[in-house]
Amino acid sequence: MKAYHAVVSLFVLFMSFGAASNSDYNMRKGVTDISQNVYQLHMTIFLICCVIGVIVFAVMFWALIHHRKSKGAIAAQFHESTKVEILWTAIPFIILVVMAIPATKTLIAMEDASKADLTIKVTGSQWKWHYEYMSHDVDFYSVLSTPREQMNDQAEKGEHYLLEVDRALVIPTGKKVRFLMTSDDVIHSWWVPDFAVKKDANPGFINEAWTKVNEVGIYRGQCAELCGKDHGFMPIVVDARSPEEFELWLTEAKKEKQQQAEASAALLDKTLTKEELMAVGEQVYMGYCAACHQPTGLGLPGVFPAMKGSALVQGDLKPHIDILLNGRPGTAMQAFGKQLSIKQIAGVITYKRNSWGNNTGEVIQPSQIQAEVDANKEKEQ
Amino acid sequence: MSTLVDSQEQNPEHHHTPKGFKRWLYTTNHKDIGSLYLIFSLTMFIVGGAMAMVIRAELFQPGLQLVDPHFFNQMTTVHGLIMVFGAVMPAFTGLANWMIPMMIGAPDMALPRMNNWSFWILPFAFSILLMSLFMEGGGPAFGWTFYAPLSTTYSNDNTALFVFAVHIMGISSIMGAINVIVTIVNLRAPGMTWMKLPLFVWTWLITAFLLIAVMPVLAGAVTMVLTDKYFGTSFFDAAGGGDPVMFQHIFWFFGHPEVYIMILPAFGIISTIVPTFSRKKLFGYASMVYATSSIALLSFVVWAHHMFTTGMPLAGELFFMYATMLISVPTGVKVFNWVATMWRGSITFEIPMLFSIAFIVLFTLGGFSGLMLAITPADFQYHDTYFVVAHFHYVLVTGAVFSIMAGAYYWLPKWTGHMFDITLAKWHFWLSLVSVNILFFPMHFVGLAGMPRRIPDYALQFADFNAIISIGGFAFGLSQLLFVAVVYKCARGGESVPNKVWDGAEGLEWEVSSPAPYHTFSTPPEVK
Repeated sequence: MKAYHAVVSLFVLFMSFGAASNSDYNMRKGVTDISQNVYQLHMTIFLICCVIGVIVFAVMFWALIHHRKSKGAIAAQFHESTKVEILWTAIPFIILVVMAIPATKTLIAMEDASKADLTIKVTGSQWKWHYEYMSHDVDFYSVLSTPREQMNDQAEKGEHYLLEVDRALVIPTGKKVRFLMTSDDVIHSWWVPDFAVKKDANPGFINEAWTKVNEVGIYRGQCAELCGKDHGFMPIVVDARSPEEFELWLTEAKKEKQQQAEASAALLDKTLTKEELMAVGEQVYMGYCAACHQPTGLGLPGVFPAMKGSALVQGDLKPHIDILLNGRPGTAMQAFGKQLSIKQIAGVITYKRNSWGNNTGEVIQPSQIQAEVDANKEKEQ
Repeated sequence: MSTLVDSQEQNPEHHHTPKGFKRWLYTTNHKDIGSLYLIFSLTMFIVGGAMAMVIRAELFQPGLQLVDPHFFNQMTTVHGLIMVFGAVMPAFTGLANWMIPMMIGAPDMALPRMNNWSFWILPFAFSILLMSLFMEGGGPAFGWTFYAPLSTTYSNDNTALFVFAVHIMGISSIMGAINVIVTIVNLRAPGMTWMKLPLFVWTWLITAFLLIAVMPVLAGAVTMVLTDKYFGTSFFDAAGGGDPVMFQHIFWFFGHPEVYIMILPAFGIISTIVPTFSRKKLFGYASMVYATSSIALLSFVVWAHHMFTTGMPLAGELFFMYATMLISVPTGVKVFNWVATMWRGSITFEIPMLFSIAFIVLFTLGGFSGLMLAITPADFQYHDTYFVVAHFHYVLVTGAVFSIMAGAYYWLPKWTGHMFDITLAKWHFWLSLVSVNILFFPMHFVGLAGMPRRIPDYALQFADFNAIISIGGFAFGLSQLLFVAVVYKCARGGESVPNKVWDGAEGLEWEVSSPAPYHTFSTPPEVK
């Protein structure tokens, strides 16, 4: 009887694990109907496994305790019994069928992305996410915002260490939001546990997923598919707001985009000081370039080229601007023309040409970048 | 079960054997080659284990302390490759070499020269792989699954070395598999009919067919990676009309049968040991054979359950979910059979039995998490998290590796003629059992709580569990050094053992003297 009590109390303990919502040791219930269905499925199959396990191991340990040679047990001679064998094939099969029915229902619901209220294109690239609100002319990149000092143990780690970004994806609650996933380089996977959405972003292909969030809140996730060196450093943050607040945010975001365009245009007539450009450049370099080329500018030999002493960085300006704007196809070097403003590109080029012993003394103005951008456009036409 | 009619052993004096290194380099003897495989596998187990220690040391606490993320990725990649292709598979091939001829009453493997060749190319394969770690740019850093285009366009220039290493490993496995099949089909002693074959032989026969079926697929995959990267083809590059998802289909068409390649011989070992120490016949011999065959057949139609998040039509997801769930039926049959064998037996707990019991419990745990992973909607949450890492380490470490340990302890006295140091072996077992669970059990929790796999640094809510996991990891790693000590001591000397080392053991291998002479069954025994 003692063993029986132990088993029951262990079982209750497992149950209480399950009862705690959003715990640190169980799947999150999440904030969508789907995620709660998934959680229920998970707990059901888990408990079925526990029951089977308890029964099978109880029989086994009974034998191990009572049928020991040291207790004088003499081996029985029975073997093979068609009846028993049919039974222990059929019973698991029935359990599986019982399990498959709710799983199928949930799966069919999950895969139905039709009749969406809002569509957002999610593009992964090494190592950031890009969100584009289809038919709203709003798009932006979302990059890890945890400072490098925290990773290197030089500063205390914040509450949302590695799970924070510079700009969160904002979505409305109570609306069906459809995500179209793709990638600019390798395969990434967009995962927010609270939505039970995990879908790979494949280069050259588009995957579909959807969610309908019930509660306002901030939800955090991470890239789930190994995508290179900084795979562990491309989190996802979703800010779910009420539909009214979402509309406000959307209008604001559109306005902001316009202002940025105007600010860039205004820069064309200005001459910025070297100090200002270097400051902008350092910030951009640490945020966008240092992951590969390293904060020291030394790169990773054989993987990512060094900036320090580089012929390209110290040579002609044109190819240097060109590689920043358009990237280098077939390598990890991305096209930053779409990601950074002309001021940021001017800054980072100035920074690279005047750091780590690179000493060209050149100061590159935003207007020079714009000239290259225009030249590229003409070429394309 | 069988009687040895004629046990003439060849007189070793008539035999001209080279001494020293040449003996091992030129050997075509199945026992020598078996030993070489086993020693090689143990070496690789230590090397791959050392890499796991690096991983666990970096993950001991949040933040980047010891290695940079690029090197971390190389460690996870090479750890996986070494453990799969260098430790588990050669260990099973070593056991097959030693035991299959002795179990079926054959004088040697059917193709002894090829046997020599299939072993001796392995050290070269792994030297190439390990050397790439020391080259500029480092070794492979794209995971042992080497998904394109991370392994093609975005990998470093040393990827060719990885490709060639995998090619050589594949050739070695295929040759080993051919040898096993030809031996079992042709060299069985008179009277050794199919349904009298020991289960270890049966499971290996089926494994060998799996190997021949899927290793060429892996060779095709790595070759396409090679040409995509170096020769401008676009098999997996969407920009050139290729398809990165096709890579995953090809890889897992190899990869899923591959995981059964690593577990079916384990089933054979456990099915041999449990009856011995229960002093009772295996409950359902025939159903074990059928269950093994059905697992092998099903393994070809479940591959895409590794890819549910990749994006698949609903019908595809449903098919692969149902097929995967189905696998738990024959697997359950096996577990029930082992339990029924123990039931009303006369059980003793020698070291091989301890490892087998641990195998049954812990492998079943891995089976349960496997069943959970089969449920597609739930898999969306589990996929690529530590829950998966926990799952496959339960089936591969407490499954495959524990069965290898059980087999090694079971047959070590037969190989060496000495009983191993039982006290030390008990320490090895209990320390391994406790530490392996401290190592892998909490991984279920961090995985469910949302920690992705293959990351060098993690959010703060995972910190406590990761520290525990790392401590378990170091303890498990150090415990394995005890195994090395036991094997070394046993090879050097110890108490002599009789021919039939374990009183409940059955089979031809226990009728030859201990240690097993260099040549056994030069005249075939007759099995009645």
